[in-house]
Amino acid sequence: MPDEYVLSERPEYIRETLDAGKIGDIRQPLTLWEKISNISVLRKSVILLLLAALWQGYALWADNPLIFPTFKDTIIAFFDALVHGGLLSRTMVSLKLLVMGYAAGIALATVMTIFAVSSRIGSDFLDTLTSMFNPLPAIALLPLSLLWFGLGNFSIIFVLIHSVLWPVSLNMHSGFRGVSNTLRMVGHNYGLSGWGYISKILVPAAFPSILTGIKIGWAFAWRTLIAAELVFGVSSGQGGLGWFIYENKNEMEVAYVFAGLLTVILIGISVENLIFRNIENRTVRKWGMCVLSE
Amino acid sequence: MSLDSTSRNQGALAAPLLNVRGVTLQYKTKEHLVTATYRVDFDVCKSDRFVLLGPSGCGKSTLLKAVGGYIKPVEGKISLRGDEVVEPGPDRMMVFQEFDQLIPWKTIKENILFPLKIAGTMNKRAMEEKAMSYLEKVKLTQFSDVFPHMLSGGMKQRVAIARAMAMEPDILLMDEPFAALDALTRRKMQEELLQLWEDTKFTVLFVTHSIVEAIIIGTRILLLSPHPGQVKAEFNSHMHGYQTQDQPEFADLQDKIHKMLFADVIEEGESHAR
Repeated sequence: MPDEYVLSERPEYIRETLDAGKIGDIRQPLTLWEKISNISVLRKSVILLLLAALWQGYALWADNPLIFPTFKDTIIAFFDALVHGGLLSRTMVSLKLLVMGYAAGIALATVMTIFAVSSRIGSDFLDTLTSMFNPLPAIALLPLSLLWFGLGNFSIIFVLIHSVLWPVSLNMHSGFRGVSNTLRMVGHNYGLSGWGYISKILVPAAFPSILTGIKIGWAFAWRTLIAAELVFGVSSGQGGLGWFIYENKNEMEVAYVFAGLLTVILIGISVENLIFRNIENRTVRKWGMCVLSE
Repeated sequence: MSLDSTSRNQGALAAPLLNVRGVTLQYKTKEHLVTATYRVDFDVCKSDRFVLLGPSGCGKSTLLKAVGGYIKPVEGKISLRGDEVVEPGPDRMMVFQEFDQLIPWKTIKENILFPLKIAGTMNKRAMEEKAMSYLEKVKLTQFSDVFPHMLSGGMKQRVAIARAMAMEPDILLMDEPFAALDALTRRKMQEELLQLWEDTKFTVLFVTHSIVEAIIIGTRILLLSPHPGQVKAEFNSHMHGYQTQDQPEFADLQDKIHKMLFADVIEEGESHAR
C-alpha cells in the first residue's frame, strides 16, 4: 500500500434550505429569440433562402444561362411553365401514376407482410424475396416491363410497384417482429386474440416501422417514376414531369429543365413536411415511440 | 416431500384460490430444452401476499408466467378457483418488471381503461370512474392525460399496478415489479403496495429475488432452489413489515432464508443486500 489513507475526522453539518421564493423564478420563460430559433420550419426556411442566394450568386458569376440559369430565371420559367407550358397538367399525370403505383405497392406489401407474420415459411419467403429484389433498382426492370406490358401506363405502374413493395414490406415485417415481448404478453393478458390482438396491439406497436417503410416507399416511388418517364417518354398522349424535363433539355430550354427539377423537389419536400411530418407528430412523436431529434 | 406439506394450518382454512400441483415447466432455447421447475406445489389463499423467492435460475418468473397462462406445464396442473389455467386472461392481471408494459399510444387513463373496455362488462361512466379511482389510489390523477413516455420509471410501474388492480382480478401476478427501480423509489413503492393492500385486500403472487423485499411484502414466502426450481420451504411472514425490520425475528428469518438459499450454491454471484 503505497499511499496510506489517512482518516481525518471532518465535521458533519445539517443546513436549512432556502425557500424557493427567495432564489427567484426556477422556471424562467425563454426569450423571444430562443423561442423563434426553436421553430424548425423557420430554421429550414433560412437554409433554403441561403441556398437560393448561393445559387443566384454562382449563376450570375458563371454567366452561362445555357448551362446554369440563375435562380430568378428558373423561377420565371417555373411560373411561365405553370401558366402556359402545361407544367401543372404534366405534374398531375405524374402524380396520378405515382399514386396508383404507390397504393398498389403498399397494398401488396401489406398482403405479403400478413403472410410473413402468420407463418415461419411465409417469413422465410419474404426474407428471401426482399433480399433478392430490394437491391435491384426498379428502373432496371423497365425494359422488361415494356416488353411484357407494352407502351402503356401499366408498364410504369409495374416498375413503381416493384420500387415500393420490397422496402415497405421489409420495414413492415421488421416492425411486427420488433414488437416487444412484454407488450405481446400484455395484449394476451387482456384476453385479446386474433384480429383484435393484431389491430389493437401489433399494428400500433409496429407503427413507427410501418411509417418509416411508407416514407421510404414514397421516396423510392417518386425517384423511380421520374427516371422511368425520362427513359420511357410519352405514353397515351401526354408525358409526365420526367418527360417535361427531357423535352426541354432537347430544346435547350435549360431554365425550364431547372423548373422541372424544382417541381420534383418541391413536391418531395411538401409531401415529406406536410403529410408525413403531420402523421408523425400526431402519432409516433406524441407517443414517444421514435428517437428522431427535432 | 408429501403433497400435504404445503397445506396451511393458520387461521380459518379457506379453500385455496390458486392451486399449483406438481408443476414441471420446460422451455426451449436455441440449443436446449431447459427444465425450469420440477414438480412444484403450492396454494395461494384469498388475500394472500404470496411471494416466490429464489436466486436467478430457480424458475420463479417462469412459474409466474405459467400461472399467467403463457406457458403450459408439461406435468402437473395449475387451477384458479378450481378451473384449470389454459390461457392468459384478465382474471390474472400481470404486472411486469419492464417499463414498456404500458401501451405507448394511449394516455395514462386510456391505459387503465383499455383492459376494462376489452372486458366490456361495465358501461362507459362506470369504467371512467373506476379508472380515475385507481389512478387516485396510486396518486397519479394529475397525469391522467399524459402519455407513458413522459413518466418516470416508478410512475410507470404505479400505472401498471393501477391498471391491473382496476380489473379487480382474482389474483394479481407481479414479476419483480420493482426490480428496475432505484432503491429510494423501490422502498416507496413497497410501502404504497402494502397500503393498497390494506385498502382492498387483493390477492397477489409476487416474484422477487430480494429476501428483504420478500419478508416485507409477503404474508407467505415460497422458497425455490435453482436448476431446476424445486420447493425448498414455505415460511410465514405476515407478522413482518417495515415496522419490524429492526426486530431480531426479522433478522433471524432473513438469515434462515439466506442460509437455505445459499447452503449449496456458492457460485451464484448474486448479492443480496440487507
